[in-house]
Amino acid sequence: MSGFLGLLARDLRLALRRRADASLAVLFFVLAAAMFPFGVGPEPNLLARMAPGVIWVTALLAVLLSLERLFLADYEDGSLELMVLAPQPLEMTVLAKALAHWLTTGLPLIAAAPILALLYNMDPAGLPMLILAMALGTPSLSLIGAVGAALTLGARRGGVLIPLLVLPLNIPVLIFGVAALDAALAGLNPMPHIMFLGALFLGSLVLAPVAGAAALRQAME
Amino acid sequence: MHRFANPGRFLRIANAVLPWIAVLAAVLIGAGLYLALFVSPADYQQGDSVRIMYVHVPSAWMAMFIYTVIAAASASSLIWRHPLADLVAKASSPIGACFTFLALATGSLWGKPMWGAWWVWDARLTSVLVLFFLYLGHMALMGAFDNAARGARAAAILALVGFVNVPIIKFSVEWWSTLHQPSSVLRLDGPSIHPSMLWPLLAMGLGFKLYYLALMLVRVKSELIAARVSARASAAAEAAA
Repeated sequence: MSGFLGLLARDLRLALRRRADASLAVLFFVLAAAMFPFGVGPEPNLLARMAPGVIWVTALLAVLLSLERLFLADYEDGSLELMVLAPQPLEMTVLAKALAHWLTTGLPLIAAAPILALLYNMDPAGLPMLILAMALGTPSLSLIGAVGAALTLGARRGGVLIPLLVLPLNIPVLIFGVAALDAALAGLNPMPHIMFLGALFLGSLVLAPVAGAAALRQAME
Repeated sequence: MHRFANPGRFLRIANAVLPWIAVLAAVLIGAGLYLALFVSPADYQQGDSVRIMYVHVPSAWMAMFIYTVIAAASASSLIWRHPLADLVAKASSPIGACFTFLALATGSLWGKPMWGAWWVWDARLTSVLVLFFLYLGHMALMGAFDNAARGARAAAILALVGFVNVPIIKFSVEWWSTLHQPSSVLRLDGPSIHPSMLWPLLAMGLGFKLYYLALMLVRVKSELIAARVSARASAAAEAAA
């Protein structure tokens, strides 16, 4: 456990010292979402209708941006080799890395999402559901993304490969995240979708570290 | 299975069975197409468009079947380090992608006159589209490493992760009752399709399966021969140096 916390603290400290890198994902999130009104026109009802989907899709893409760096810096300077050799189970290392990624990328996205909802003229009654759905959904994105980042270590064009591997696997999170928010906005019961988001989170919490650790081991051989 | 790990023995067996499988596949597909296009009746609602189904449904079966083969091969490559499993996965992936594309394309051709749209975002169509992307990712990851063995292992892990999608495709028409019709052949209370349509469908299904088997064997053989050629070339280069 101390190894887990130590790794988490180290990654967070590294992220804090390079604040520009960490804020890049949020900046992209807001900027990309702000492009849509230029594309489809500023009609308020249309934007309010589109808000859940646009917020989720741009969040999905913003999470992808920072995935390439997740293991690559440690892979290049050799510290990943020490993590693989360490007595701590590699699954815990992957989990700590994914948690650090979520704290530096997912959490800021959740904080920025209400601003986008405001820009998109979304009904404020949906805000708690937006926060809840994103809080349940974005950790799955970080966990699934960690598998993709570990698989592409040392590959040519790794940065282009990650979206190709990760986006199809992220679709369920997107579907239920948007469905929960849409249901809440339409006055329907969002709980079934929230339950699915929770199930996806728990499933990826168990499976992603195993797959990620297997990927890291084969990258280090 | 490790009896077949020896490439020489594998090549001998493959060479012996390949002509039979290929001929049987050709006969079944030929007979299936003849029955489907000329003998089987037109549907009372769909008219002659129903004949697209004889290609569409077997392609969709193959799309899921081949991904399952890849996942099983990947598991045996990761667990037992079976030397031919990586080759089977590598050989199968493009074939599976083609069958998935065929299923999507024929479905789209059928959907335009029947549903009035080339594409609808229905649960079955979307999950098959995801399967297509998974095939593409599998192929891209396999080719992305300078060291082919690393690419094979990374792709094997990805194939196992992506396998969660296969049950979702199978049951998508039952979990979400959207536009795509539910299964009418593989169901607990027996097929709900008339024998005059069932037999051509089954012939096509079996023919596609044997066709895949023949193609896969040819591709694995050529991989083995390519490995032998490059080993000889490097041995010759060493001897010269």
